[in-house]
Amino acid sequence: MNFAIVVFPGSNCDHDAYHAVKHVLGHKAEFIWHKETDLKGADVVILPGGFSHGDYLRTGAIARFSPVMGSVKAFAAAGGPVLGICNGFQILLEAGMLPGAMLRNRELKFRCEHVHVRVEQTDTLFTVACRPNQVLRIPIAHGEGNYFATPEDIRRLEQNRQIVFRYVNAAGDVTDEANPNGSVESIAGICNMGRNVVGLMPHPERACEAVLGSDDGRVLFESVVMALAAGPVTAGSASA
Amino acid sequence: MRARVFVTLKPSVFDPQGKTIADALHSLGYGGVEDVRQGKYFELELSTTSSDQARTMASEVADKLLANPVIESYRIEVDGAK
Repeated sequence: MNFAIVVFPGSNCDHDAYHAVKHVLGHKAEFIWHKETDLKGADVVILPGGFSHGDYLRTGAIARFSPVMGSVKAFAAAGGPVLGICNGFQILLEAGMLPGAMLRNRELKFRCEHVHVRVEQTDTLFTVACRPNQVLRIPIAHGEGNYFATPEDIRRLEQNRQIVFRYVNAAGDVTDEANPNGSVESIAGICNMGRNVVGLMPHPERACEAVLGSDDGRVLFESVVMALAAGPVTAGSASA
Repeated sequence: MRARVFVTLKPSVFDPQGKTIADALHSLGYGGVEDVRQGKYFELELSTTSSDQARTMASEVADKLLANPVIESYRIEVDGAK
């Protein structure tokens, strides 16, 4: 399996993703500079975490115009799996590939800690290997992860089962205390209608080895490998 | 010609920074400050001499980049515009 990891100026979790995919999971991984347009035959595209363009203006607002994003959009439109982690999620929102926007964390603090998220959907390309309502312990590290969408958009996300991860406590319950940033409906991650584009604020790539405190994040990468092994993803399965 | 773009969060969107600033002002004794909304301000130096063109261009770049329509709205002022 070939993973393409897009590198924007200011990405700083690109090597974490590379390490997880290549050294932990044993797949091929390649960095793609944001000025490139060739995804080099990637089966999966990862937009990693970091601070692209210094978070100037808004998180992800400038990265969305990078040349590589045209190719990423086309790849996603053809059903290709795209995972946006943290800043990658913010870029997907700014690019309009996922609905909603990010606000500063409710308490204005940069939160860097392990949290629990509950898997709400197990039929996205990045969660097929999860059990329904499985609770994952994964770290977050962000100052702007306060997910916002209008009430109409939230209704649409619910109806289309696009809310993929929610912040929960260790028991798997949604509580206000377990919500680290004030995200509406405790949303930690969502998918597109085609269920091939997933964005989340927590960092699964930093939770792939027990020695690092948790290997719960592996299941996202194992999911996409399992999904692709089951058959090629076709454009017909995806819609915006 | 100069165009000024004021970007603010929509009224329906919670502004954690504005809330914190309001709380700080209250603790400084400014109880009369009922609310604070924080926004962004841009000055665009434009090559055009037409205020209509300046306004059109300013709103185009605001739509495309300066503001995120999901959470923000904007207002434009152009020099010399009536």
